[in-house]
Amino acid sequence: MTEKLTVKKIIEGYNKKEFSVSEISGKYYKKIEEEDKKYNSFITLNSSFLKESEDSQAKYQANTNNLLEGVPIGVKDNILVKDILCTCASKILSNFVSPYNATVIDRLKSVGVNFIGKTNMDEFAMGSTTENSFYGATKNPVNVDYVPGGSSGGSASCVAAGFVPAALGSDTGGSVRQPASFCGIVGYKPSYGLLSRYGLVAYGSSLDQIGTLTNTCEDAAILVKYMKGVDRNDSTSSNINPLNIDDFKQIDLKNKKIGIIRETIGENTDKRISQLILETTKKFQKYGATVEEVTIPALEYSVSIYYIIAPAEASSNLARYDGIRYGLRTTKKDVDAKTIFTETRKDGFGEEVKKRILIGNFVLSSGYYDAYYKKAQKARILLSEQFRESFAKYDFLITPTSPVLPFKIGEGVNNPLALYVADLCTIPANLSGLPAVSIPVGKVDGLPVGMQIMAKRFDDGLLLGVGEFIQKNITDGDK
Amino acid sequence: MSDKRHIDIDKLINLGSFEVSNEEKKQFEAGIEDFLKYAEVINSAPCNDLQPASHAIQKDAFLRDDNAKIWEHMEGLLKNAPILEGTSFLVPPQKGRTGKEKEVQENLSIKEVEDYETVIGLEVHAHLKTHSKLFCSCPTEFGNAPNANTCPVCTGQPGVLPVLNKESVNMAILAGIAVNCKINKKSVFARKNYFYPDLPKAYQISQFEEPICSGGWVEIEVDGVSKKIKLNRIHMEEDAGKMVHVGAPGIWGSKASAVDYNRSSVPLIEIVTEPDISTAKEAKEYVIMLRAILVSLGICDGNLEEGSLRCDANISIRPRGTKTLGVKTEIKNMNSFKAIERAIDFEVERQKKLKKLGLPIEQETRLWDESSQKTFLMRSKEESHDYRYFPDPDLLPLTLTDELIDSLRKKVGESPLDKKRKYQKDYNLTEEESKLMMVNPEYANYFEETLKLYNNPKNIANWFFNEILSYITQEFDKFHITADDFASFLKKIDSNEISGKIGKSVIRKAFDNKKSLMEIIETEGVKQITDTKEIENLIDSILNANQDKVAEYKSGKVKLFGFFVGEIMKQSKGKANPQVVNDILKGKIG
Repeated sequence: MTEKLTVKKIIEGYNKKEFSVSEISGKYYKKIEEEDKKYNSFITLNSSFLKESEDSQAKYQANTNNLLEGVPIGVKDNILVKDILCTCASKILSNFVSPYNATVIDRLKSVGVNFIGKTNMDEFAMGSTTENSFYGATKNPVNVDYVPGGSSGGSASCVAAGFVPAALGSDTGGSVRQPASFCGIVGYKPSYGLLSRYGLVAYGSSLDQIGTLTNTCEDAAILVKYMKGVDRNDSTSSNINPLNIDDFKQIDLKNKKIGIIRETIGENTDKRISQLILETTKKFQKYGATVEEVTIPALEYSVSIYYIIAPAEASSNLARYDGIRYGLRTTKKDVDAKTIFTETRKDGFGEEVKKRILIGNFVLSSGYYDAYYKKAQKARILLSEQFRESFAKYDFLITPTSPVLPFKIGEGVNNPLALYVADLCTIPANLSGLPAVSIPVGKVDGLPVGMQIMAKRFDDGLLLGVGEFIQKNITDGDK
Repeated sequence: MSDKRHIDIDKLINLGSFEVSNEEKKQFEAGIEDFLKYAEVINSAPCNDLQPASHAIQKDAFLRDDNAKIWEHMEGLLKNAPILEGTSFLVPPQKGRTGKEKEVQENLSIKEVEDYETVIGLEVHAHLKTHSKLFCSCPTEFGNAPNANTCPVCTGQPGVLPVLNKESVNMAILAGIAVNCKINKKSVFARKNYFYPDLPKAYQISQFEEPICSGGWVEIEVDGVSKKIKLNRIHMEEDAGKMVHVGAPGIWGSKASAVDYNRSSVPLIEIVTEPDISTAKEAKEYVIMLRAILVSLGICDGNLEEGSLRCDANISIRPRGTKTLGVKTEIKNMNSFKAIERAIDFEVERQKKLKKLGLPIEQETRLWDESSQKTFLMRSKEESHDYRYFPDPDLLPLTLTDELIDSLRKKVGESPLDKKRKYQKDYNLTEEESKLMMVNPEYANYFEETLKLYNNPKNIANWFFNEILSYITQEFDKFHITADDFASFLKKIDSNEISGKIGKSVIRKAFDNKKSLMEIIETEGVKQITDTKEIENLIDSILNANQDKVAEYKSGKVKLFGFFVGEIMKQSKGKANPQVVNDILKGKIG
């Protein structure tokens, strides 16, 4: 019964008394307990989830229920939920109990959402396979020999497996959209500033956004409706209210100008994926859209820019894990304060995290700052300018979400650079603060392929509206 | 750039504050090399003319109102602590806090002594008197239990973000205006990265390339000669926490440290001079003047001993008349005006001695030790940090409007030095009195308040410095006699309602009983008796009782006049107006 239920249908079902919160929650919870061994999508289950669901049910009976009362969702384990472990899939935070709620959690709680558990991820969101986890790799429910993508692989996996109707993830360079693509679901990264980052454990602060993993674009819109808006705890949050979020409708393609970014369907992209994207966009014309190829020349720099800026910010953001106030502390005796730092961090961080800290320290260090970090900052502006120019002509830009099919488990370990380069399509939206959504458009060799739609900053509602239209009218038939 | 690039893997690992095995080290080095080779494609990006930015978005940062609020879930923070001592986070001691001083061999050949001049630059950190911290709403007040004034933000919990305090920005601008800086309409907060137990995020949010104020100067007077000390900048930053060394006193030899983050993120401004100060005395006078300016603006309480004003000095010497700066040392831990003067004098002599012995001066950071009156090596240049400053992506650039700057400009009054000059010239106060007013802006404020109600500056100064001040033992702004009260009191002295002698006792009683001067005068009946009838009756009774003395007086023993006056004053408990007594007495026994 829970298979592929959407948030929208769950709310309707509760209100029409087709099923109860306790019933739905119990089934989801039981399914996770029975089946998640196969996928390892959760790190921690919320021990009071069932109790909270009963409270929600009582509210329906008393007619005091909130708008999303009793909707169960998964939360990536780098978003803080008070009194529950928040590990970031790292040994260094393996005992860290959240002392406060992230702003998005507070807001969802206030409309009745219940949090079923914390999902697996690449350590501190560094990775694109969910293999870099202290708690072991997550597997792709479509085919367990493959990775679910990352870093929000646990969130994608639990939605794809039907453990929850929706989950929150975080997206710094594609960490919501790419796993959505790999698992055949919808992954949405909002415009930078639309959702508060307060309570999201920082990786690359100028790039991070909380996003959603859902079955439909409409579900993404429902969740973001209650999470968005300026937060006095986050200076980078915005009070701009995008159109078509508060009263969501699907938006047809009539007279829409759509550009396909040429650089993302070229020689570096799996031909079968490019083919699928082109076939899909061809169908847009039938609905009155104009579709053209467009070029963004600075796109070739985006992976470099990203892998300079994100590690630079991360090297500083991850410096606070020093074993003094919380988290792991080395058990070595007779050490001085400096050794507490070095031993704790040596034990606590995995290899990829250490590597990115070192890269970050390099690009920020004296003598190299201008040539790497500052240059990357400038190139970031160049890329953003080119997007701005494109969006003067086009309503939406299209790319594959990933230029490659899901990796086999273990496949990427020996070629880390190849994994970095595979982020080509998703990184630009983070660098430029744009909203983007990945929707499933079909399969190649039985593995899901996602198409990414990008829009102007704060056109989030239009983006999801069009995404919903495309899913309903074009791509759902192909699945 | 690739041909010049060198990956110093040991340095990078040290900056990351972890350890790796040799094998891992090689792997990391190769991985970074691969990545950098790939990343260098951006060399060809046509973007050199673009302005670098942390975000591709245009938005003004919003600021927080300065309302203090205690965070109510402290136990949630403490329960995650690996080791607690009370409510403090416990850490082992810092080892190697002091460097090893090189031995100076006294028997080296002594070089001909050149004539050296001293070049000093000062960095003064001033706590701003806001109610709440720089980036969170925790109160800034001192004296609470360890970590009582902390929250997730100022203890660097995962996921927290800073939001800038509006009032701290206003205060920094006020300081900049008062010391003649250019106020920059755009400034940027940057992260200064280093590990220390009292620094919860392992970076301090400060300003680096784009501070809030640039340039400026502070005028001082040394031995009657005026000099303008040039400033480089003022920037805003957050303070670190405090470490209380448990087990043994002092920085060295203790067993553990208890970390208290109450001070973490308290707002500071750092006022940086150019290397424009020539003597220890100038340095001291500069800090005294700067303190006076900040205190008179009401933005800093100026307490050196409590650390709300802290001073570091960069010192070098060079042959007189030459232009190139010598190698500098940085002196820290000077906690009084006297310490500033002595530490600089000591350091200059130390440097001259090295020169004399033909030894190089090393660039290093040294600590002033009050008990031995010496500076000690803290860290050498090799140990100096690479702070990896970069713009804080959590804070958008701070932009200021002309309206704000203009409105603050109107709030900056006369400078303490101008006041001093005015008091000397227009009010005839002594140099010493005027300087005390300058150095203690709170005195000047009180003086001027009183002056508005009572127009005799010299009298105010006399009574203030000779009487009032001698009773003030606590903080000046907490003493209870208002300017209004003081002015009324002085008026009563002038009108002979009370004598000078009684006036002094009134002041003493007012302090003893924590009452106003007027209350003492009313309740204790110390008003002078000026009623002639009352005095006449008193005189008559005294003359009656001493008829023999009256006869002696009349027979020529005129000295007895004083006896009668004395008796009358005694009987009236000093309250009879002496002039009235004289007049009537003369009329009676004349």
